[in-house]
Amino acid sequence: MNALAARFNAIFGADMAGPLAALAAVLVVFGFASPHFLTGATFGSVAFQLPELGVLTLAMLMPILTGGLNLAITFTANIAGLTLAWTLQANGGIDAGPGAFLLGSVLALAVGAASGLVMGLVIAFTRAHPILVSLSMMIFLRGLGEFLTRGGDISGFPTFIAPIGHGSILGIPVPLLILIACVIASHVLLSRSKLGFSTYMIGSNIESARYSGINTRKILVLVYMLSGVMAAVAGIIMLARFNSVRVGHGESYLLITVLACFLGGINPFGGFGRVLPVFVALIVLQLLSSGLNLLGANQHLTTAVWGILLIVVMVLRWLSAKFLRIVK
Amino acid sequence: MPSFVRTHATEVSLLGVIIAICAVLSVTTANFFSLGNAFDLLNISSVNIIFAVGLLVVLIAGGIDISFAVAASVVQYGTAIALGWIGGGGWVSGLLIAGSIGVLLGAVNAFLIHRFRIISIVATIATFNVYFGLLMFFTKGVSIYNLPDWLTSRVIIYEREMADGSWAEITLPVVVMVVCTLATWFFITRTTTGRQLYAFGDNPEGARRFGINIGAMQFIAFGWLGLMAGIAGLMQAHYAQEVVPNALYGRELDVLAAVVLGGARLGGGKGSVLGCVLGVLLVSITQNGLNLMGVSPFAFKMIVGAIILVAITLSSARIGNLVPVFATRKSTGDRPAERGES
Repeated sequence: MNALAARFNAIFGADMAGPLAALAAVLVVFGFASPHFLTGATFGSVAFQLPELGVLTLAMLMPILTGGLNLAITFTANIAGLTLAWTLQANGGIDAGPGAFLLGSVLALAVGAASGLVMGLVIAFTRAHPILVSLSMMIFLRGLGEFLTRGGDISGFPTFIAPIGHGSILGIPVPLLILIACVIASHVLLSRSKLGFSTYMIGSNIESARYSGINTRKILVLVYMLSGVMAAVAGIIMLARFNSVRVGHGESYLLITVLACFLGGINPFGGFGRVLPVFVALIVLQLLSSGLNLLGANQHLTTAVWGILLIVVMVLRWLSAKFLRIVK
Repeated sequence: MPSFVRTHATEVSLLGVIIAICAVLSVTTANFFSLGNAFDLLNISSVNIIFAVGLLVVLIAGGIDISFAVAASVVQYGTAIALGWIGGGGWVSGLLIAGSIGVLLGAVNAFLIHRFRIISIVATIATFNVYFGLLMFFTKGVSIYNLPDWLTSRVIIYEREMADGSWAEITLPVVVMVVCTLATWFFITRTTTGRQLYAFGDNPEGARRFGINIGAMQFIAFGWLGLMAGIAGLMQAHYAQEVVPNALYGRELDVLAAVVLGGARLGGGKGSVLGCVLGVLLVSITQNGLNLMGVSPFAFKMIVGAIILVAITLSSARIGNLVPVFATRKSTGDRPAERGES
């Protein structure tokens, strides 16, 4: 048994056990509960719904690893979406060409990076608490978006954008491909690059990271900029999926992304955690949502079940830690 | 007096900013400096101040709570239903029921945090989703309009006719707010338990070795916030004359920002009732002033967000942090909040 556990840990990592167990449990429970659950339709809907939440979660992940939080991600995504929408409108609306889309996307990513830059600078140079800085940035961006759009939505985009939200390549939905690309990019960045290594160091102990020669301010600014860029990617996906932009779209995802990170074994104080368990946790959340949907529950019951799932996982983690202490 | 300035730097600077804003608004707008407007400000801010003093206690004890606003919505619904069962009730039974449900919901948070050692932000994000999800599921998002008459009829405590014929009024929520504020002030500064909360928030392990019952601290802090959230929920229902399940959704982050603006520290051990009230008032006065100056309501939140961002930046900034030339100056005194302790 121990040898088996050791092999599992060697292949997947110890933090993978919780999410994989939850995945198996969800598949088994709903597989028995509903004959329609283990079908292509379920996985198709999961594949299309997962990306927005997934990319936003990746945007939340890196700040949490440094011991912070970025509460501004959803509204950063909205503002980035607005940037793209206006660029398209300025270039002819429905008749806008791919060039305008490309320009708009670059501008959207730049806007996301700018929001992250401001937060990163404030956090790195004043040592204000990231929750507060990102919270005030969130209130500011929400206000800015509502001011600029007057609470309405912007729509009327060229038809070639729709496939980004609804199309498939070789049977795999395009948004899912974007998510997978982002997951791989985040994974490589965190596990293979100097920036990723420094991120973990800062999360474990920012003072000792500074004394060991890491430019903690630069890293913090970069982390929040990357978070903003990731949120902008989510904003572009949302624009394509809804074919419109409204400030407040995806607002309810905010705390769910934090939930997904904790479910994926990310240490709430930062410093520990990996991308892949979070990805599995995301799939679990979305499968739960689809499964409950099949059983006739609505989105609100799903929200409650997600909350209960987080409590159960934290209690199980507490139990296993206690059990391990007794064994030793 | 000088020692008060030294020990209450945040409160004094907040007060200074509020006075400056008021002075500017009094000169630039016709209606700001009037009794009617001042009373309006109090009436509007009451619910948020009640929330804020409750949240302050949890922040002092080193925790954070995301779930209190939706818990207040649950309280509103539960109270409305319970009042229907007992056939109407009155202010006493209403406040008792709302307070009890609030304390119960707060105790759920404390139980999760203390029993299973889940850190407070994780536990309360979970309960936030559970409370809100279940509330929306069971109510199907339907509002309650047929509340008892005593709850929906306005209670005017003090009124005075102005020169232009309008009435300046102080309504019941303001009185309740004052009572809650004074009770919280007395509780955290004049009782042993209150001082233990500060000690616990500043250094939980030290407090434990000192013989403070840390489980009791969690239940008291979250129970107090639950009580305040319950009362605030009832007041909000009274003020709005209806119960809407998602009316308070999102309020938690606005209140949190205002409380921290008032000098409470994420990580515990620091914060005062005065600062907390001033933090809420600063936000309300800014919105009120913008309104009177004829600024588009859509711009309010943007400007308020920018003000909070600047305020947090300035209050956390040391000159040495921003300009390296001054960095050699030996920094003593209280350090900026340690990161990642929430």
